[in-house]
Amino acid sequence: MKTEVLTQEADKRTMTINMGPQHPSTHGVLRLEVTVDGEVVKKAKPDIGYLHRCFEKYAESLGDYAKVVPYTDRIDYVSAINQEMGYVIAVEKLLELEIPERVEYMRVILAELQRIASHLLGIGTFGLDLGAFTPFLYCFIEREKILRILEKASGARLLYNYICIGGLMRDIPDDFKTETREFISSFRPKIDELNELLTTNSIFIDRTANIGVLPEEVALNYGASGPMLRGSGVSWDIRKNDTYSIYDRFEFDIPVGSGEVGTTGDCWDRYIVRVREMIESLKIIEQALDQMPDEGDVQEAVPRRVRPKEGEVYVRTETPRGELGYYIVSDNSSGPYRVKARTPSFVNLSILPAISKGALVSDLVAIVGSIDIVLGGVDR
Amino acid sequence: MLNTLENIIPSPVIALLIFVALPLVLVSIYALFAIWMERKVAAHIQDRLGPMRVGGWHGWAQTIADMLKLLQKEDIIPTNASRFLFKLAPFLLFAASYAAFSVIPFSSAYIGSSVDIGVFYLLAITSLLTLSVLMGAWASNNKWSLLGGMRTAAQMVSYEVPTIMSVLSVLVVAGSLNLMTVTEMQTGNTTLGFLPDWLIFQNPFLLIAFVIFFISIVAESHRVPFDLPESESELVAGFQTEYSGMRWGIFMLAEYADMLLLSLLGSVLFFGGWNSPFGEFMAGPIWGFFWFILKGMVLVFVMMWMRWTLPRYRVDQLMQICWGFLIPISFVNFVLIALWEMIF
Repeated sequence: MKTEVLTQEADKRTMTINMGPQHPSTHGVLRLEVTVDGEVVKKAKPDIGYLHRCFEKYAESLGDYAKVVPYTDRIDYVSAINQEMGYVIAVEKLLELEIPERVEYMRVILAELQRIASHLLGIGTFGLDLGAFTPFLYCFIEREKILRILEKASGARLLYNYICIGGLMRDIPDDFKTETREFISSFRPKIDELNELLTTNSIFIDRTANIGVLPEEVALNYGASGPMLRGSGVSWDIRKNDTYSIYDRFEFDIPVGSGEVGTTGDCWDRYIVRVREMIESLKIIEQALDQMPDEGDVQEAVPRRVRPKEGEVYVRTETPRGELGYYIVSDNSSGPYRVKARTPSFVNLSILPAISKGALVSDLVAIVGSIDIVLGGVDR
Repeated sequence: MLNTLENIIPSPVIALLIFVALPLVLVSIYALFAIWMERKVAAHIQDRLGPMRVGGWHGWAQTIADMLKLLQKEDIIPTNASRFLFKLAPFLLFAASYAAFSVIPFSSAYIGSSVDIGVFYLLAITSLLTLSVLMGAWASNNKWSLLGGMRTAAQMVSYEVPTIMSVLSVLVVAGSLNLMTVTEMQTGNTTLGFLPDWLIFQNPFLLIAFVIFFISIVAESHRVPFDLPESESELVAGFQTEYSGMRWGIFMLAEYADMLLLSLLGSVLFFGGWNSPFGEFMAGPIWGFFWFILKGMVLVFVMMWMRWTLPRYRVDQLMQICWGFLIPISFVNFVLIALWEMIF
C-alpha cells in the first residue's frame, strides 16, 4: 500500500515533453518523447516516421535494376556515393560481372571522399549540438571542397547517380587527380585546427566524456555498426573484415575508441573515431590515386541489358554510418523481385533508449548528435 | 553636467530630461553597434563576410533593418499565458538594466547619480533581471520556457556570489562604495613607475579577483560558454521561446545592455574607469568618456570572441564551476587581499 502511494507520487514528479527536432538531420522527421524528472531523463522514446521514402517497395515496382540507383542515393543523402556503391556491387554480384580496374579505383576514391564529407557533416553538427558554432562552419567549408570535386565529376551536388551497374556514368574530368591531391594537402592542417577547437577543448571533453556510454556487449547485441560500434572498442570494419571492391589492396588502420578521456564507448570516443577515420580515408585516397591506371573506358563493362539469373544475393558495405546491406532477390526479370536494405542509421538509432537512461536533457542532445543518424536511412 | 545643462537650457525640467535620456541614447546606439559588431566578429572568426549589403559599407545598417523588421512582426501572446506578466517581463528586464547605468561614471563630468552606495545599488537593481526572466518564463506557460527560466534563475543567483565577492575585494582596497570615488583614486601613473595606477596592477590578488569577476559576468549576462538560458540546441530559445517581434527584441537589447553594463563595471573597478592609460596625456572629460567606453568595449569584444570559439557547458557543470571553484577561491582571495591591505 505504502509503495503504491510512493510510486504515484513519483509519477507526479515526472513530466513528459516532446523534444526535437534539434539535430540538423532530424528536422521534421524525428521527435523524442522524453519522460523527465527535473532535468534527468527517465525514458527517451524516438518517434520516427514522417519521411516515408518507400524505397523497397518502389525498387520492386520499378522493374528496372538501373533505375533503382538514383533511389539508393536518397536513402542516406549525405553519403549518396556509398549507398550507390553498395547497391551496384550487389547487382554486379548477381550478374557475375567483371569490373575494369580503373573503375574500381575511381569508385574507391569517390566513396572515400564521400566518407570524409559525411564525417565532416557529422562532426560539425555534433559540435553545433553542443553550442560550438564555429567548427560547424569550418567543417562545411572543407565539405564544400569535396562536394565541388564530386560535382565536377558527376554534375550533381548531393544526389549523384554517378556509379552505374558495371561502371560509371561518365569518365572523371581531366583535372580530377590534381584537384583531389590539392584537397588532401589542404585538408590535413585543417584537421589540426579542428582538434584545437573541439577534440582538446576542455569544455567539449566535459560535455562528451562519460556521456551516453555504450558498452561493447550492448553495442554487439543491438547490431550497431560503423563509428558507433568502433567507438565502443570493437575493431570491426567491413572494408577490412569482409572486404569488397579492391579495399584489400590498401593499407589503412581501423581507429577504435579506447576511452582516452573517459569511459570506452562514450560520445567523445564516437567523435574521435570519426576524426581519425577521415585521416585513414585520406591515406586510402592517396594510395588509390597512385595506383590507378590512367587509361581505360569506364563504360567498358556496362551491360546492355540487365537480366540476372534467378537467385539471391546479400552484399554489405561500410558506409560512413556503418554497415549497409542490400538483399536482392532476382526472378530472371529486368527488375528486382525483392529488395531489402539494412541501413545503419535505423539500427544505431534503436540503441538510443538504452543509452540515454539517467542522462540529463543536455546530454540527450549530445547523444543524438554522436549517433549521427540520417533520417532517410531510418524511415526508408 | 546637470548644472551646465541647466545653464544652457532655460527649463530645468527639459535639462533634467536630457540628462536622464543620455544613457538611454547611449545604450540604444551601443546595442545597434554591438549587434552589428557581434556579426562581424563572428564572420571574421568563421571565415565569412557577414552582413555586407544593407546600408553600404560592411552592412552597417543591418541592425537597423532588423529592428524595423522586428517592429513589424505580429505580437503574439500565447492563449493560456498570463497576459499582464508576459507583457511586463521584457520591460522590467530592460528597465533594470537601464536603471543600473545611473551610477556608472561615464567621464569625470558625467555620472547619473553620484551616490555613496553606488555599487550596492547597482548589484541590487541588477537582481531584478533574474526576477523578470523568471516572470517571463513562468508567464509564457510553456514547459521548455519554464525549464529555461529556472536554469536562468539558478545560474544568475549562483554567479551573483562570486561577482559580489570579487567586487567586495576591490572595495576593500578602494575603501568606498561610490564608483566615482573608486575611479578618482586610480588617477596617476605610479605603480612600478610605468604602469597606470589601476587597481588591477596594485596587488597580485586583485588580478585573480578580476579573473573571477570576468568569468562571473560572462555567466551573469548569459553568454557562451554559459548561455544556458538561451541554449538553442536544447531548449530552442529558453525562457524567451514564446516571445515574438519587438518583445523578443527587447530581451536581446537587454542582453547587450547587460553585457556593456557589467563590462563597464569591470573597467571602473579594475581598469581605472575613465582615466587615460597614459597619465595626463589625452585626459579630460571628453577623452575620459572615450577611454571608458573603449575599455568596456574591449571586455565586450572578449566576450564575443569567446562566444564564437567555445562550446556550451551543461547546467550541472555550470553550477560545479560556480560552487566548487569560483566561490571558494573568491572567499580565500578576499581574505588574502584584506591581509595584503593590512600589511602594506
